[in-house]
Amino acid sequence: MPDHQRSDEQPQYLLTLFITGSSPRADLAIANLRHVCEGELCGEYDLEIVDVLEHPERAEEAKILATPTLIKRLPPPLRRVVGDLSDKDKLLVGLELHAARKAANKPTEK
Amino acid sequence: MTDVVKRSPVKKVSTGIPSFDIIAKGGLPEGRTTLLSGTAGSGKTVFAVQFLAAGLLEADQHGVFVTFEESADDIRDNMRSFGWDLDEWERDGRLAMVDASPDPETEMVESGAFDLSALLARVEYAVKKVNAKRVSVDSLGAIFSQFSDQSIVRRELFRIAWALKRMGVTALLTAERTLDYGPIARFGVEEFIADNVMVLRNVLEEESRRRTIEILKFRGTDHQKGEFPVTIVPDLGLVVIPLSGIQLKQKSSNIRVSSGNPELDQMCGGGFFRDSVILVSGATGTGKTLTVTQFMKGAADMGERCLLLAFEESRDQLFRNATGWGVDFEKMESDGLLRVVCDYPEVATLEDWLLTIEGMIKEFKPQRVALDSLSAMERVGTIKAFREFVIGLTSFIKHQEITGLFTATTASLMGGSSITEGHISTLTDSIILLRYVEMFGEMQRGLTVLKMRGSTHDKGIHAFTIDEHGMHLGPRFRNVTGIMAGNPDYVSPLDLEREWTKYDSQLDARSDPNQERRTSGSDRRRSSL
Repeated sequence: MPDHQRSDEQPQYLLTLFITGSSPRADLAIANLRHVCEGELCGEYDLEIVDVLEHPERAEEAKILATPTLIKRLPPPLRRVVGDLSDKDKLLVGLELHAARKAANKPTEK
Repeated sequence: MTDVVKRSPVKKVSTGIPSFDIIAKGGLPEGRTTLLSGTAGSGKTVFAVQFLAAGLLEADQHGVFVTFEESADDIRDNMRSFGWDLDEWERDGRLAMVDASPDPETEMVESGAFDLSALLARVEYAVKKVNAKRVSVDSLGAIFSQFSDQSIVRRELFRIAWALKRMGVTALLTAERTLDYGPIARFGVEEFIADNVMVLRNVLEEESRRRTIEILKFRGTDHQKGEFPVTIVPDLGLVVIPLSGIQLKQKSSNIRVSSGNPELDQMCGGGFFRDSVILVSGATGTGKTLTVTQFMKGAADMGERCLLLAFEESRDQLFRNATGWGVDFEKMESDGLLRVVCDYPEVATLEDWLLTIEGMIKEFKPQRVALDSLSAMERVGTIKAFREFVIGLTSFIKHQEITGLFTATTASLMGGSSITEGHISTLTDSIILLRYVEMFGEMQRGLTVLKMRGSTHDKGIHAFTIDEHGMHLGPRFRNVTGIMAGNPDYVSPLDLEREWTKYDSQLDARSDPNQERRTSGSDRRRSSL
């Protein structure tokens, strides 16, 4: 199982998700992210959700333009994923899980 | 509004850009969004920062600067050369920066739909934080390049523009365009976002750069039409050269000043008017620089200061020539009555020259300014730029209520007119022509006052000689016609007698025609007044 193989070198993921208020798009982004994190990261992650309407200074500090924006702080390098995260492949690219999963999946799938 | 409709319901705020407020008839419309579009290097960012600086420094209106293109630090550094300390204003809580520039170090992936609410929240937060009344956004195009989904960016920009209006701030949005004469802005939507549209241009014309600004539309309020020349100078920022803005508002003075030559004063009906501009036109060697030198001397004799801008001769030459005509420039200078500036016109553009000259006049505060010669300035720029330079300088001089004397060189030795003359003769109040007159195998010089706005003057063409005391006006050429046309023709005394009797008796029945012919200017004038 991919989950099992990766869990050994699994680093702690530190994620911040910037959203605007409680909008359907924000809810969708949170749901999409949680789904991937639970599946791919086995829950080994730390997610903070920031509402830019309540904390505009946090958005300023992180130079956020668009919402939702996901920032992967750890492991390095810093990555940003913009959008409601409905494109799972792109999200995996952003989290740098895509290459790892591909490599892991190759022997089993083909 | 329940009241009677006011003449101008749209209030305007000053931009701090010298003379821009004149062409914008007050400044940028308050509480609205204005788009400023321009090609690379046309001065958009300078305008955007200057607008905020004016708010801070002159109107006590705080500002927010949103940058999409350059990083906030770059802006802070670059604007220091104009004397704008953004850091200080930020520390004082008068300015807030919203840095929305792309971060080249962070990779970004798009996954699904998004909006720019975070940006809007940051702008709103910054506006609230410093209680801003002005917002500059520089520049819209750069945000398109940060996201691949352009339709979202388009929609979001409309939302931001709308939000800016809702906040009640006066907003300046810049946008880049690829051509100086083409679509207003690169993405084709920028102009619809804003209420008002202005264009900055930076055109290469005959090997020289020419910056202009044009207001395309101001919704519901008036502005001047057409392109106005602009220049960017350290310490000041963007400066608009006003053309029509102030031109016809000058006061008119009846005070006369001496030309430095009593005979010429007499021909002009008692001297030049104090706030007039005089053009002296003639071929090389006819005595233009002499006229200038006398004009300077006339000022010094009255204890007035004068500024001499010489673009044709070196300082040494000028001083030596003056000495040859009995005028001591050295002494005038050491008395603080004269300042001589000698330079090649090519060292700066005409727009910069205009500002430099204005600066010198403001600082030295002369009562007289002479420029020798305008024809030399003509070489520097295009015809259009030259005309604007003359208009700008003429109106500035008149506003200062000083006397200006310009010279222009005619191309042909005999008669003819110069290109310079054609462009500026209507702008000057008086025109003096200096001409060579060929008579019986000898070159003589002639002078005539062609135009003297607001006064009668001697219409005769007078012969003059030059010696170590300067210019000496003699009698008029009585038996020659066609001097001004450049082909003098000898007329027999009998024909002449007949002609003059006819005209003089019509002109003034009281005076004796013979008497009239013998005397010159002053008497003629007295009799006709």
